[in-house]
Amino acid sequence: MAETVRDRVIRIIAEQAVLDVADVHDEMGLAELGIDSLGLVEAIFAIEEAFDVSVPFNANEPEKSGFDISSVGAIVAAVESLVAEQTGGDGGAPPA
Amino acid sequence: MRRVVITGAGTVNALAHDVPGTFAAFREGRSGIGPLEFRDVERLAVRIGAQVRGWDAEAHFNRQEISLYDRFTQFALHAAREAVAQSGLSFRNDRLAYRAGVVLGTAAGGMNTWDENYRSVFEEGKNRVHPFVVPKLMNNAATSHISMTFGLMGPAFSVSTACASSNHAMGMAFHIVRAGAADAMLTGGSEAMLCFGGIKAWEGLRVMSKDGCRPFSANRNGMVQGEGAAVFVFEEFEHARARGAEILAEVVGFAMTADAGDIVMPSRQGAARAMAGALRDAHLPRDSVGYINAHGTGTAANDKTESAAVADVFGQHADRLMISSTKSMHGHLIGGTGAVELLACLMALREGVIAPTIGYEEPDPECALDVVPNEAREAQVEVALSNAFAFGGLNAVLALRRV
Repeated sequence: MAETVRDRVIRIIAEQAVLDVADVHDEMGLAELGIDSLGLVEAIFAIEEAFDVSVPFNANEPEKSGFDISSVGAIVAAVESLVAEQTGGDGGAPPA
Repeated sequence: MRRVVITGAGTVNALAHDVPGTFAAFREGRSGIGPLEFRDVERLAVRIGAQVRGWDAEAHFNRQEISLYDRFTQFALHAAREAVAQSGLSFRNDRLAYRAGVVLGTAAGGMNTWDENYRSVFEEGKNRVHPFVVPKLMNNAATSHISMTFGLMGPAFSVSTACASSNHAMGMAFHIVRAGAADAMLTGGSEAMLCFGGIKAWEGLRVMSKDGCRPFSANRNGMVQGEGAAVFVFEEFEHARARGAEILAEVVGFAMTADAGDIVMPSRQGAARAMAGALRDAHLPRDSVGYINAHGTGTAANDKTESAAVADVFGQHADRLMISSTKSMHGHLIGGTGAVELLACLMALREGVIAPTIGYEEPDPECALDVVPNEAREAQVEVALSNAFAFGGLNAVLALRRV
């Protein structure tokens, strides 16, 4: 079965947090996951590479970047909509 | 104790190709930031920078020299010529040659040479590069060419500590002259990182602004890169006085600290220790400081950390001193930045004009200092500090006094 956008994003976040994917939940925030600003920039890079999308994110003003990083669920939703927008796809399976 | 004074200054940066032009731009609060122009710029997300415009290498160097001089070396040599001419010193066929040297800062050295030749072998598939690639790109190329051009045969080396390179270099030159290991040192820094690979690397960190450099302003959104060089003649005071040299300022203190913390995030305590250390080295009270040239990168992290550190060091006096970030005009020259910024300190001490922080639009309660917003100001200043806080947590602060 193809990995969904959600699965892939959670896998990226889990890897950055050095946690098992099963321990990463939608309501968790980055601080709770132990991901600092450098870790976040790395995770965003991994997301861009995984889905071949461009994530609007400036480390100077994360809250104004138009990319919601308030929780794991928010990041998943933001990536799903970016993938849908930027690939014109259905936000389902990532590109091969 | 031997005293150290500055008897010459030279520069090329986005504002001007010399010191008088740079001072004029500081007075006018003029920005040198604009659209970047170089190959493949359309593949970048960040397309603004403080580029040196109208640079005609052929007007300054012959063809053989150009084949050996990366852009950062050209900038350094041009600045050094202006500084040496102003100082009135000559080194060749003089005993002074053995008592004179060079310490320059640069973060990336010959970045354009790396970029062009990687492109040639990786993208264009060529299997042969120019024979001078290595001597052109090495970080000490500018130092060595200054030594050769002026015949300086004493201590010479280059310093690379990211955004603090120039301040560390000038601090070393100060120590060398003060300690008696040389009587005159050419010092400062140079950087030429505005090329596709240089900016692409910085883009990755997501700390660059796409629209402008607004240090200390609440709506700042990152740094803007610049390029260029500044070089100074640091000379032992009695040596300068004996020959009747014009003295631009005295270098009175220097301190360096390491945060031992984070590879990119700045530390309030590390910055504060460096400022306090420079004043201690200078035996000057904190309330003697009238002006600080801030590191002031325009990133969220630097500007509030630096403001807090200034408040820690100066207490109530923090509200009376002036602090500005001239990066708003000449951009962040990375390894060359402290050198160009020392010019603003010289202008404050000698001409009584404080260079402004331009692009200041909205007060930030976390940066509640007198940042000399948008317009230059006349003020008499006795002591000025120049801050540099580098990635890697390496901090270097110089203290200068009016003569």
